Amino acid sequence: MDKNNELSDLLSRFICYSSAHLPDDVYGKLKEMQQVENEGFAATIYDAMFENMKKADELKRPSCQDTGIIQFFVKAGTKFPYLDELEQSLVEAVKIATDKAPLRHNAVEVFDEKNTGTNIGTRVPWIDWELVPGSDSIEVYLYMAGGGCSLPGFAKVLMPLEGYGGVVKAVFDQMTSYGVNACPPCLVGIGIAGSAEVAAKLSKKALLREVGSHNPNPRARMMEEEMEKGLNEIGLGPGGLRGKMSVMGVNIEQAARHPATLAVGMSTACWAHRRGHIRINGDLSYDFISSKGVEL
Amino acid sequence: MIYELKTPVSDEDIKKLRIGDVIYLTGDIVTGRDDVHHRAVLQNKEVPYDLKGKAIFHAGPIMRKNDDGSYKVVSVGPTTSMRMESCEAQFLEKTGVKIIIGKGGMGPKTTQGCIDNCAVHTIYPGGCAVVAAESVNKVIDVEWLDLGMPEALWHLDVNRFGPLIVSIDTEGGNLIDDNKKLFNERKEPIIERITEKLDFLE
Repeated sequence: MDKNNELSDLLSRFICYSSAHLPDDVYGKLKEMQQVENEGFAATIYDAMFENMKKADELKRPSCQDTGIIQFFVKAGTKFPYLDELEQSLVEAVKIATDKAPLRHNAVEVFDEKNTGTNIGTRVPWIDWELVPGSDSIEVYLYMAGGGCSLPGFAKVLMPLEGYGGVVKAVFDQMTSYGVNACPPCLVGIGIAGSAEVAAKLSKKALLREVGSHNPNPRARMMEEEMEKGLNEIGLGPGGLRGKMSVMGVNIEQAARHPATLAVGMSTACWAHRRGHIRINGDLSYDFISSKGVEL
Repeated sequence: MIYELKTPVSDEDIKKLRIGDVIYLTGDIVTGRDDVHHRAVLQNKEVPYDLKGKAIFHAGPIMRKNDDGSYKVVSVGPTTSMRMESCEAQFLEKTGVKIIIGKGGMGPKTTQGCIDNCAVHTIYPGGCAVVAAESVNKVIDVEWLDLGMPEALWHLDVNRFGPLIVSIDTEGGNLIDDNKKLFNERKEPIIERITEKLDFLE
């Protein structure tokens, strides 16, 4: 097998594994939450969630039928030897995984209104690139953007006098309306910036951070913690059926804003937050960061 | 209360259900979501199954085609029912479906549709798609497959499929609506409290 095929094959195994297993941090957080959510429908639903994870592992099947639009967020070392072919390798990996996992067919061509049946379509898989000067490795984040968890997503531009409280209000309003459909307990990603598209993109990048991680800015961290606490007090419970908690966490990412704008974006991840994270070196050895110790 | 029901279900079966009850359902059901409702209601096309007394599962499954042309369910969990809100009442009236299965709640049009057509909406735990697939005995057949795998009308034979938590009943009860009212009441003072801590201008 030549090196490009080897890379596609490795990436396809990464996708297949990530479709059937939650990352270590998400699994750990849900275990903690299960201890708290020990009453009523919440307890029944947590039992079903863990039974489902067990079955998905045993039967090697995608844990949720909605394997989403496949999105990659790539930190690409400029000295990675297969950089020229990387985009093609990612696309090829999606084709292979669609057949092998198998993934649900989720790419519908806009205007044609036809499902391509391959998970490949115009600008899909969606690939976001960041360059890392001098590095000969790549880091690939995989996100399976399902319908239910994508539906609460929004971005809007507030006026600065609405303040950070305006951000809180916009997010809380969305969580108590659309949030119940997004398979809570959710991870809430928030982007704050000067324009809508930057805030939206940062909100998705916030979801790529581990559950329990914090923004390095102390004020941002405080806002994350306050919002997490406040959302939990609302008590959406699993599936919106009430409970003692609502979210796995709130992650915020920011970019400097324009003096006259305060844009907010929100993305939610469902409890089945299938975020894969892998580092692949120039010799194609790898470190499966989101599932430690797993060999692909 | 917990109920064991078999399709086709009768009006008597449905009338006794109240929000918060749980059903385990055996028999044949179909999957159907956005495009099925679009065709059946907005385009007024004939639904190719007799759905009287049956259940519609808001779900887009992953299916694997066997060598003999039949299908096997790999993974099938509920999708967001609210997307079908604009058409569901008319769908109930047109088809005689008695049980809607999905996730999250549905709105006032569907609640009225459940009263008028003696039907219920139920919630299956979201994301539990492998457990759900394990209660499917077999895929009986499929129609409207031209809509693609997630949108087709898959006809399934299920065994003790559940827990299906009744979220809208025939008397206008709406569990998720009640929950949302509670969430919204709790929300306002919390937003105010957090906002006070977030004035960062010096």
